[in-house]
Amino acid sequence: MSLDATYTREIPLVEGKTSFREIDDVIARPTETKPNIKWFIAIGISSTALLIGAVCLGLTFWYGVGLWGNNQPVGWAFDIINFVFWIGIGHAGTLISAILFLFRQKWRTGIARFAEGMTIFAVMTAGIFPAIHTGRPWLDGYLFPYPNQHGLWVNFTSPLLWDVFAVSTYFTVSFVFWFIGLIPDFATLRDRTTSGIKKAIYTALSLGWRGSNRHWQHYERVYLILAGLSTPLVLSVHTIVSFDFAVSVIPGWHTTIFPPYFVAGAIFSGFGMVSTVLIIVRKVFDMEHIITVNTLEKMNKILLATGTIVGYAYAMEFFIAWYSGNPIEQFTFINRAFGPYSWAYWIMFSCNVFFPQLFWFKKIRRSIPITFVLVLLVNVGMWFERYVIIVTSLTRDYLPSSWGMYFPTMYDFGILLGSFGMFFTLVLLFAKTMPVVAMSEIKAVTEGAQPSHKHKHE
Amino acid sequence: MIGKILKKLDDKFLKGEPRTGELFAVAALFDTPDQIIHAAEKVSGAGYKKFDVLTPYPVHGMDGAMNLKPTGIGWVGLIAGMSGTFLAFLMIWWMVGINYPNIFGGKPYFNLPASIPIMFELTVLLSALTLVGSLIALFMKLPANANPLMDTDFVKRVTSDKFGIYIEAKDPKFKLEEVRTMFEGLGSTSVSNIHEAEYDLGDTKNPLLNGKFIGALLGTSVAVVGITYFVLNVLLFLPPFDWMHRQPKVLPQTESKFFKDGFSMRKPVEGTVARGFMPYEFKGMPDSLVVITPNPLPVTQKVLDLGKKRYDSYCSPCHGFYGKGDSRLRGQFPVPPTLHSVKVTNWKDANIYHVITNGQNTMPSYASSISRDDRWAIIHYLRVLQRSANAPDSDLETK
Repeated sequence: MSLDATYTREIPLVEGKTSFREIDDVIARPTETKPNIKWFIAIGISSTALLIGAVCLGLTFWYGVGLWGNNQPVGWAFDIINFVFWIGIGHAGTLISAILFLFRQKWRTGIARFAEGMTIFAVMTAGIFPAIHTGRPWLDGYLFPYPNQHGLWVNFTSPLLWDVFAVSTYFTVSFVFWFIGLIPDFATLRDRTTSGIKKAIYTALSLGWRGSNRHWQHYERVYLILAGLSTPLVLSVHTIVSFDFAVSVIPGWHTTIFPPYFVAGAIFSGFGMVSTVLIIVRKVFDMEHIITVNTLEKMNKILLATGTIVGYAYAMEFFIAWYSGNPIEQFTFINRAFGPYSWAYWIMFSCNVFFPQLFWFKKIRRSIPITFVLVLLVNVGMWFERYVIIVTSLTRDYLPSSWGMYFPTMYDFGILLGSFGMFFTLVLLFAKTMPVVAMSEIKAVTEGAQPSHKHKHE
Repeated sequence: MIGKILKKLDDKFLKGEPRTGELFAVAALFDTPDQIIHAAEKVSGAGYKKFDVLTPYPVHGMDGAMNLKPTGIGWVGLIAGMSGTFLAFLMIWWMVGINYPNIFGGKPYFNLPASIPIMFELTVLLSALTLVGSLIALFMKLPANANPLMDTDFVKRVTSDKFGIYIEAKDPKFKLEEVRTMFEGLGSTSVSNIHEAEYDLGDTKNPLLNGKFIGALLGTSVAVVGITYFVLNVLLFLPPFDWMHRQPKVLPQTESKFFKDGFSMRKPVEGTVARGFMPYEFKGMPDSLVVITPNPLPVTQKVLDLGKKRYDSYCSPCHGFYGKGDSRLRGQFPVPPTLHSVKVTNWKDANIYHVITNGQNTMPSYASSISRDDRWAIIHYLRVLQRSANAPDSDLETK
């Protein structure tokens, strides 16, 4: 037998032979020890950013959205760019936790919990933007169909309303999915902790979970169904976000490629963000043998695949503009690449299409520093993708007499900075207070965790 | 201060007292998944019913080893999901198709393709929430922090690195020594008896009557009501939330210093004629100049009902409900003569119309308060009043 089975053998997910106790010790350590100086520096930076964003938002509430750079014709600007950017970030988490679960990709276990947490924080951050975009966010209750004194209902034919339902459903379902996954781990923490207040909190959150197999039986089925429900849900959310654009008549937006193009872009940007944060977290919390290089390499492969899909979509947009014979559409795309915002277009194109192609090389895929630089570029590129789509199409649509330019103000940048601050503050608090890796799932995939059923043959 | 609170929490949650209640179960810990599968097969094979296996993660093949029925929770998700689809359909169809139809983009009022995204989202939402809710509350019967197993060394190991099994003392086949020997024979590293805790129920037997509980309930409700009132009736009328409440415009029925007459409302220019509305041609003329025209309204029950309504509102304060001149105003205004006089009875409808429109003596014009049709309807009703006050004998005989 010259053919060796090791070629197809799965690489062990957890490096080295680790006992269950050790897994608990490593994963629970951030929740049980005082955070180190690195953590305080990180949360200092992120909460400062959050504070700057909060001040800018407060000023916006006081003086109105006139503080922003939005103008006529650019009614959608940083507010909607940031919304689409953050909601896209969230999609990677659901993809990792739900779609890869359905495909039985066991390598997801090391990063699934973290990615789910990021989904929730990203959707929370995203949710702020359409709310403040309305101008008077304290009246946003009108977005929901409820019996009101005007006797009016919402417009069910508008994609903007579909968005309200899609994003709120997405948040709710992601949240319960995340919480269900956390229950067994909360029980583990409850039984480990030596502090009364932590014990009280984890006791309440774990609902009295005791690892009963009569519970696991129903629990695993619900987890499977939730994964099955989340999969079409995550695809529908970014499809509906793309409908906000595609259902309008603005040149460059009114195209049928938008739903798949947006979904691929969302997964691409989300994986970029998950990698960015994971690379930091595995260093800060010493989890290199649980969030392994193999896992990061697999994520880089997904980045390569989705980045190429995004590149294909960029090319196809140009082709269809030419093929349609519609002069307005053709102008829009030439204007994107060579008009006043061509700098943004080429930032987007190089960050999203050129640089991820480096992941074809195995050495680069497995190099943590290069991966870190490339995923940062992906984050930048995907933010600029939304900038290009929104700003180039709105500044120059049909009539040249109604063309304009868009210049963001310091308040726009402040709120953008604040959104990053909010996201990273939540991520850091999450990493400090909750198990960032699913302990019960990791244990189930370590070597020797499942019965060999040898005794049957006795 | 904070240290004291933390100390108190430590005492409350960390100090486990030895449990002295009745025997709840006998529990055994095992080291490997193979052992626990074997133990589960043995226990279920021996005919025990009230037993359970506790593991830190789901162990493959355990459902079969414990002889459990397949879970039926999938059906809950299916039914909830289908209800979500149907309820979303019903909601949109009723709101935009029935309750408040509105045309958007020249499409039908209820537009099925445009409703599908929301129907899908609500399918997922309802299905997921029902699944999770029923999983926790119905299928797993959680929260269950009062379970006697909680906080035992047994559970503290099975949520981390050991595999546990226990048989409840309530099981009909339970015999303490037999169970312990069986577990030891299966290779358990630790076999323990688990006792129920004895709870101190305090003075009141009924927790609903507990003073602290009632106080907390009252406090919460007062806080919720107060905060809601403050937000909806105070906060939203303070800057910056009052944007668009204050606007630089004059409101109707208010004073305005801008105009000389001090009113914010403007009158139309003298001689303005509303579109499609001819002015009354005998305005201000004596009665003798009125050209007699017949009452344009038919005498129907509907017209008489309208006439009565308008008569009772506008005419009866001075003329009285029956037109006898019995004013309800107790002499604050000069009392008008009866409407049953020969003069008024013999007047043509157009003459009465002229008086209502123009006014007469101290009676002002009602042209701006009563619409033209309503005036004619009042006249029909007045004829009814006149007839009823002077009914001839023949009216009785015919009926």
